[in-house]
Amino acid sequence: MNTWSWGYVGDILPDLLKGLGVTVEATLLGSLVSFALGLVWALALRSPSRWVAWPVGAVVEFVRNTPLLVQLFFLFFVLPSWGLTFSPLVTGVIGLGLHYSTYTAEVYRAGIDGVPAGQWEAAVALNLPRRRTWTAVILPQALRRVVPALGNYVIAMFKDTPMLAAITVGDMLFQANTIGATTFDYMEPITVVGVLFIVISYPTSLLLRALERRLVR
Amino acid sequence: MSADTHLPKDAARPAGGTELIRFDRVTKRFGSHTVLDALDFTVSAGKHVTLIGPSGSGKTTILRLLMTLLTPDEGTIKVGDAFLTHEEKDGRLIPAGEKHIREVRKNIGMVFQQFNLFPNMKVLRNITEAPVHVLGLGKDEAEERARGLLDLVGLTAHLDKYPTQLSGGQQQRVAIARALAMRPQVLLLDEVTSALDPELVAGVLDVLRDIARTTDITMLCVTHEMSFARDISDDVLMFDAGRVIESGAPEKIFTDPEHERTREFLGAVL
Repeated sequence: MNTWSWGYVGDILPDLLKGLGVTVEATLLGSLVSFALGLVWALALRSPSRWVAWPVGAVVEFVRNTPLLVQLFFLFFVLPSWGLTFSPLVTGVIGLGLHYSTYTAEVYRAGIDGVPAGQWEAAVALNLPRRRTWTAVILPQALRRVVPALGNYVIAMFKDTPMLAAITVGDMLFQANTIGATTFDYMEPITVVGVLFIVISYPTSLLLRALERRLVR
Repeated sequence: MSADTHLPKDAARPAGGTELIRFDRVTKRFGSHTVLDALDFTVSAGKHVTLIGPSGSGKTTILRLLMTLLTPDEGTIKVGDAFLTHEEKDGRLIPAGEKHIREVRKNIGMVFQQFNLFPNMKVLRNITEAPVHVLGLGKDEAEERARGLLDLVGLTAHLDKYPTQLSGGQQQRVAIARALAMRPQVLLLDEVTSALDPELVAGVLDVLRDIARTTDITMLCVTHEMSFARDISDDVLMFDAGRVIESGAPEKIFTDPEHERTREFLGAVL
């Protein structure tokens, strides 16, 4: 049995921190994709035309109910055979963003439904155009309500980024795995990865709770 | 207060006395419940009309139909020369498109029981939002108009606040200013003091009395404030079970009602 070596931890830390950088980058970019796509889904699902709402609903359900890892493999191994080749990181960001957009769509839906009917009625009474009603009245109020819930999905996504190691993105887990494969000593690298995750995700969740108290009053 | 300088005085406005609103056999049902039953009534331009009657008698439904928040199941509503939710095509009436509805709707404004101010906008922008984005006014012109209206409702000092920082009475006065900023021909007032604490009611009613006295806006008012109704109304319509059962000048309705149901209702609320 191995004994814990702080010297070994010191040696591998720079590589793991480099991996952490990739992990954070994938999370932030994936979040932006999921925030934007989710809003597109949420609005499309409310479309009065079922030729828009129905296909979008089907896609959203399909993506939400199939595993992220399968989707990542599909994007990484199948798309290139159709002539669509992206770097591992871009593939990972698309995969994470697409997968989580099906959850953020639901968050937006709840946020939009939460805007009181009186706000829509006031917009009609003032004869505001439909587009202006959305951009100036409904969405600003809905978005305020959804920030905490979106934040929770960012944390969930952050914890899902190790799956990107499976498509050769150089994230933290990928780095730890590479180190272990050369030194045959996995205890320190994998443990440090776990510690780095909690060091970031726990304070972030506390921050979100504080934000929630501020926004949802 | 400087109501005269800031309130609408459009030359194109119909002269007082001409018919502005006409309900023609309007029926509205919610499920199997018939709220309005082949209702006929008209309102002349510049008149102040109060709708009274027991709750559930369809008063608020009439205002919501006029504001196009509801659509009639049968019958037609006319505002000026135009049908509200119908268009004439080849001599026949068809359901109106969005463009037509927006055109007719711009003559109508509404103040709601729950104020319905936009909480994400400051007071000033609540009032300028629609003039800028619907009427196409410049920002400066819209703000000048808004300031004049805030002066009228006595809230100039609060233009930079958010609605939640105001009392209910103040919020309702902002909502009145917001509706007036669109210079509607018709102002619909839907139980505008019902959600207010008693001590805040008088301030709102004073503003409305002022507007009724100094402008030529046609007002349709649903209220439980009978003394207010008596003050401002030219006509009072008594509703029961989706029909007008009695109408006339307030002095007549409030002191010498003809209908038994009216006597009962007034006995209960006065």
